[in-house]
Amino acid sequence: MTKPLLNEIRIEFKSVGENVGLSRILVAALASQLDLNVNELEELKVAVSEAVSNAIIHGYGSRPDRKVSLAADLYPDEIHVTVADDGVGIEDIQKAMTPAYSTDPERMGLGFVFMQSFADQVEVTSKPGEGTRVRLVKRIGKDGAD
Amino acid sequence: MAVTVHFEKNTLLVRTDGDFDLVGAEEFRAEADRALDVFPARHMILDLTRLTFMDSSGLGVILGRLRKIQARRGTMALAGANPSVLRVLELSGIMPLIDICASVDQAWALLARKEKEV
Repeated sequence: MTKPLLNEIRIEFKSVGENVGLSRILVAALASQLDLNVNELEELKVAVSEAVSNAIIHGYGSRPDRKVSLAADLYPDEIHVTVADDGVGIEDIQKAMTPAYSTDPERMGLGFVFMQSFADQVEVTSKPGEGTRVRLVKRIGKDGAD
Repeated sequence: MAVTVHFEKNTLLVRTDGDFDLVGAEEFRAEADRALDVFPARHMILDLTRLTFMDSSGLGVILGRLRKIQARRGTMALAGANPSVLRVLELSGIMPLIDICASVDQAWALLARKEKEV
């Protein structure tokens, strides 16, 4: 039986840093329609923040004039979040997901590590020159209520 | 995000509030580096009491400032981080490199002890 879709959002925004916070707050507000605990909410916020930051910094090389799309689907016990850009793409996804791999010396290369730690599923689809799509699944209530 | 800087006893105390994400981290980096250029600070205390959120962008700037303090043979202490910020710090693996204190007062006491040991 398929799960009932309780709510969904679709937005597209400019690739500027301010929209990292906006995405985080938007997804957190949507997820708050479920009965989730503080840890789950904080974990979801970090995972979304990392995915959107990656799209802006890596996908678009911090160019502010591109578009990032965000989709979030709310189910009774989980939330699915997809962040997509049509930027440079990732040549080697496995390598990009390795801890401490970073193209910037002042970044720790932990973006994907945090997504993997704070979301229950992370799927990355990417093609060099065509963009990257990151899908996060966060299950709600698996740790019991706070 | 607001960043305030206070220099005392060879230590730079940097207070920050709001969110340590892509935007907040960049603001913090600019202010902290300006202060490190101006003041002859050896140690740094980051007061995170009013910090509400941190992701890997925030961690990156903390690590960058840590390297600068290490180059001055100083100590970096983080004070007052909330539980969710602490979890991000733990996961990053940088905890062994940084002193974590419950409060700014504890951080001052720690630095005073370290100064005596030298």
